[in-house]
Amino acid sequence: MELSGAEIVVQALIDEGVEYIWGYPGGAVLHIYDALFQQKKMRHILVRHEQAATHAADGYARATGKPGVALVTSGPGATNAVTGIATAYMDSIPMVVLTGQVPTPFIGSDAFQEVDITGITRPCVKHNFLIKRVEDIAETLAKAFYIATTGRPGPVLVDIPKDVTDPGVRIPYDYPKKISMRSYRPVEKGHPKQIRKAVDLMVKAQRPVIYSGGGVIQGNASDELRKLVKETGFPITQTLMGLGAVPASDPNNLGMLGMHGTYEANMAMHESDLIIAIGARFDDRVTGKLAQFCPHAKVIHIDVDPASISKNVKVDVPIVGQVKPVLKVLSERKTKPDAEALKAWWQRIEAWRSVECLRYPHSDKVIKPQFAIETLHKVTRRRDFYLTSDVGQHQMFAAQFYPFEKPRRWINSGGLGTMGFGMPAAMGVQQAFPKATVACVTGEASIQMCIQELATCSQYNLPIKIVLLNNGYMGMVRQWQELFYEGRYSHSYVDALPDFARLAETYGHVGMTIEDPADLEEAYKEAFGMKDRLVFMNVLVDPEENVYPMIEAGKGHHEMHMSPYLNSERELA
Amino acid sequence: MRHIISVLIENESGALARVAGLFAARGYNIESLTVAPIEDPTLSRMTLVTHGDENVIEQIVKQLNKLIDVVKLLDLSEGSHIERELMMVKVKAEKGMREELKRLADIFRANIIDVTSTSYTTELTGTSAKLDAFLEAVPEEVIIEVVRSGPLGISRGPKGLGL
Ligand SMILES: Cc1ncc(C[n+]2csc(CCOP(=O)(O)OP(=O)(O)O)c2C)c(N)n1
Ligand SMILES: [Mg+2]
Repeated sequence: MELSGAEIVVQALIDEGVEYIWGYPGGAVLHIYDALFQQKKMRHILVRHEQAATHAADGYARATGKPGVALVTSGPGATNAVTGIATAYMDSIPMVVLTGQVPTPFIGSDAFQEVDITGITRPCVKHNFLIKRVEDIAETLAKAFYIATTGRPGPVLVDIPKDVTDPGVRIPYDYPKKISMRSYRPVEKGHPKQIRKAVDLMVKAQRPVIYSGGGVIQGNASDELRKLVKETGFPITQTLMGLGAVPASDPNNLGMLGMHGTYEANMAMHESDLIIAIGARFDDRVTGKLAQFCPHAKVIHIDVDPASISKNVKVDVPIVGQVKPVLKVLSERKTKPDAEALKAWWQRIEAWRSVECLRYPHSDKVIKPQFAIETLHKVTRRRDFYLTSDVGQHQMFAAQFYPFEKPRRWINSGGLGTMGFGMPAAMGVQQAFPKATVACVTGEASIQMCIQELATCSQYNLPIKIVLLNNGYMGMVRQWQELFYEGRYSHSYVDALPDFARLAETYGHVGMTIEDPADLEEAYKEAFGMKDRLVFMNVLVDPEENVYPMIEAGKGHHEMHMSPYLNSERELA
Repeated sequence: MRHIISVLIENESGALARVAGLFAARGYNIESLTVAPIEDPTLSRMTLVTHGDENVIEQIVKQLNKLIDVVKLLDLSEGSHIERELMMVKVKAEKGMREELKRLADIFRANIIDVTSTSYTTELTGTSAKLDAFLEAVPEEVIIEVVRSGPLGISRGPKGLGL
């Protein structure tokens, strides 16, 4: 079969099993777009901004576990994609981004729409390539997918100069079936000796805690983790990225840890004598002040990326390997922990739990954001449900108050914290699962960063549900200003807001404005009842609610601030 | 502590930038970096000299290994090894000084590789410390130009860093 470079690009994606590609055309990718036009196997989704193409591909990848693919033009198309690439990089999401480039003879001449995108993205991709010859396209793309999806996953960018895709040059095409690279050999199973050492520590532990992260979800190891929790009876806390690996309702689940984690999770970490970190990377939002992190604990760390181990926290027993096989072996060991000690440990944990740190004052006058999430759960719990999020207080409220029971159901930008992620990510999820209910919880500031995608949702009939917790502030910024800048709300008020319901309507969607707590549940029911429509719910919430508990940046796990509501209650008692 | 690290890396465009960028982005110290293709032209060998405590060096080694283009890596400082650096020094060699400079070059086993009526250019190979000592010995006011390669390293014994 003889194909042009442009056709090879398209055929390689098809051979790779790609179903959807999110993109935006421009001069440098016109040959590829022409080849796309002439095939039927793969669907191209035209976004309205390249950032959204990368977030949509990313959302698709997070929900399915398959690599997301985006295609953008050179220069501004490529730079617009950078935020989405960095977002995927920070959360280890498999993604392949194709960028057009000026023709090879023009590279380096500051040609029209030329940027050195491999240079720009080098620090925020797992790897990138600049293809120089048409003969290299197939193999480079095969390598890109291989690298993106194996080991610790991540985005791979492939820069393709326009002349390389010239329709006039045709060469024989053959897609490599298998890739092997002498310079890249991701690890598989963990070292048996290390696993044995870990078991020894687990048997001896008096106050163990499992701390699991996004790696368990990306590594499809939820079943194995559930088994381990069951087998050992150990308490488990999950990071923002790890929620749902073990069901929120599991009695051993202590909830999220870290800056806005639960009292019981953070206290258990602080008092623990053995931390079993699984697919988690000791991010500063999780650890707080490193010098005070888990002062009494030995640390076992299971991770596919050797560079994650002992990066922030010194690890006693590193196990480098895919979490799935390692957990399988670990749970088959039938580790019998010290039952007496564990019982005493659980008693202490129950005491922390009984504080019920997430309680908040209910109101029948104004919708509390926590109530908005709890009610969302009430209405959607029986559905095949995915929740994406933007970044801010609403994200933390969702993480705290929506109990995720399954992996890949909670989709948010944790590492980079990218406002604008939520709606395009939901588009990617909905595309992958047309029958599922996909909602995006967002803030009035975040949603405006990719609001143009309401048009894409219209064009492709994506019936996502947007739950805007509208507090009129960049709430998370305002919270820090209230607590650490004596209430000087410098530029955190979101002025000149549009009427979101009407805005959604002009794009052909359904808009709702919900103000009264008494109406909320019914309004949600109505909205989620509209199976085929995008419904934009502008939920006006308490403007000055804060997220608690909270650990200030740079403080230890035991130095949590509880909500003033809980504190006042304690004073009364 | 000072570490000297040898890296076999794919001879691809951008490979050097990945290494340099890694050091810049993660704030690692880099004292010298030399790179050239080896007998297998698809590979380059890089020699890196860096400073850092144990944890930093551990991270540097892991982060380098994580680069997709890096094929193999060895921290030479972990075993016994040999280091050599090349230096060329151009000095003012006017009437009164010519003999003295020639003697100094002989003592350090440096070769004079270019001569004019007013200058010498000397070439000297050795450990970095030896090159430092030579520069100490040459009167500062006669030095016109110094160029150093940065050290190269190889492990002692029959084993080599190969594929
Ligand atoms: C692109 C980007 N710019 C700035 C920030 C910093 N930031 C974090 S949260 C936040 C406020 C978000 O406001 P909103 O979307 O209304 O959510 P809320 O906190 O009010 O729920 C800002 C500005 C960010 N995370 N991302
Ligand atoms: Mg807000």
